[in-house]
Amino acid sequence: MDKAELQEKVCSILAEQLAIPVEKVTPEARFSEDLDADSLDLVEAVLALEEEFGVSIPEEEMEGVKTVGQAVDLVATKLGADA
Amino acid sequence: MGEERVALVTGASRGIGRAAGLALARAGSPVAFGYRSDPVNAEEAAAKVAAEGGRAMAVPIDVADEASVAAAFDRVEAGLGPVRVLVNNAGFSRDGLAVKYPTGAWDDTMDVNLRGAFLCSRRALAGMLRARWGRIVSVASVAALRGNAGQIAYSASKSGLLGLTRSLAREVGGRGITANAVCPGYVETAMTEATRQDNVRRYLDVTPAGRAGTPEEIAAVIAFLASPEASYVNGAVVPVDGGMTA
Ligand SMILES: NC(=O)c1ccc[n+]([C@@H]2O[C@H](COP(=O)([O-])OP(=O)(O)OC[C@H]3O[C@@H](n4cnc5c(N)ncnc54)[C@H](OP(=O)(O)O)[C@@H]3O)[C@@H](O)[C@H]2O)c1
Repeated sequence: MDKAELQEKVCSILAEQLAIPVEKVTPEARFSEDLDADSLDLVEAVLALEEEFGVSIPEEEMEGVKTVGQAVDLVATKLGADA
Repeated sequence: MGEERVALVTGASRGIGRAAGLALARAGSPVAFGYRSDPVNAEEAAAKVAAEGGRAMAVPIDVADEASVAAAFDRVEAGLGPVRVLVNNAGFSRDGLAVKYPTGAWDDTMDVNLRGAFLCSRRALAGMLRARWGRIVSVASVAALRGNAGQIAYSASKSGLLGLTRSLAREVGGRGITANAVCPGYVETAMTEATRQDNVRRYLDVTPAGRAGTPEEIAAVIAFLASPEASYVNGAVVPVDGGMTA
């Protein structure tokens, strides 16, 4: 899977998880300010990403994730895909 | 959701846990009877459920051991389905006066009663959040509501369980998941077999019911809190003590 495909997949999972239109889920979008996601929403989104991609994302690594783009990067790193 | 509400009860080979498993099965849940040291009685309880037409299994789980908790959930998920009801019932008690209380006994008590409930709840939550439905019922004690001379560790651990329950209730209450606790009074089980007769007498003297409770009387309340009907009960601490703390 290349980065564009990965991004598309992550965005669609996030949109579904946060119950918002996928157009709003852009790489620049900030979870709390732009997408109105609280910390539990974010944890749930991470659980969904873990399940979808078969990766494990510890709490420490979630901390720096403020935007959709950062979430995509994190999953990419986990998958060992080159960005 | 037409999905079956699979239940895992820890410490369910006997006593309150066994009765809770049987009550949940009668209410329609497939039930995993968790045991630590007694597979025979856990299997027997599962067989009883099967004989009554339900689905059940026995599963080894030492709640003080993180790997054992993970393995047990995997087995239950494979055998019955994702866990939607967790009953944190496994309990450890060792009495002793504070001034001479052994550090190891303190640690054992916390590891089973408090850390064990945390480990099981954490593992259960991921699936409950995905399903947007779940019930966590923890078995605390009247010793969580008032101090008990000679039960410093037990009482502290059970009070801690109430904090765990209330915080969970706030964290996940918006997701169709509830966390509640029951506080049994004196119930005749293996745990209380060694209780000195004069202590039993003193306890029953301050219990309006004037008698010990039965495991089934505790199980009925656990089963209600685990039911779909209890959807608006969250973070509650329910004494089941014959009126002792009234
Ligand atoms: N009986 C009462 O008067 C009373 C009053 C208030 C609250 N409670 C609470 O009710 C719960 C059930 O107690 P009970 O009265 O039914 O006593 P019990 O018959 O002694 O049951 C305790 C159960 O916990 C299990 N257990 C202990 N350590 C464990 C561990 N590390 N991992 C998994 N399971 C473990 C035991 O299994 P193994 O023997 O295999 O270790 C046993 O099945 C306990 O939490 C207890 O504190 C009881």
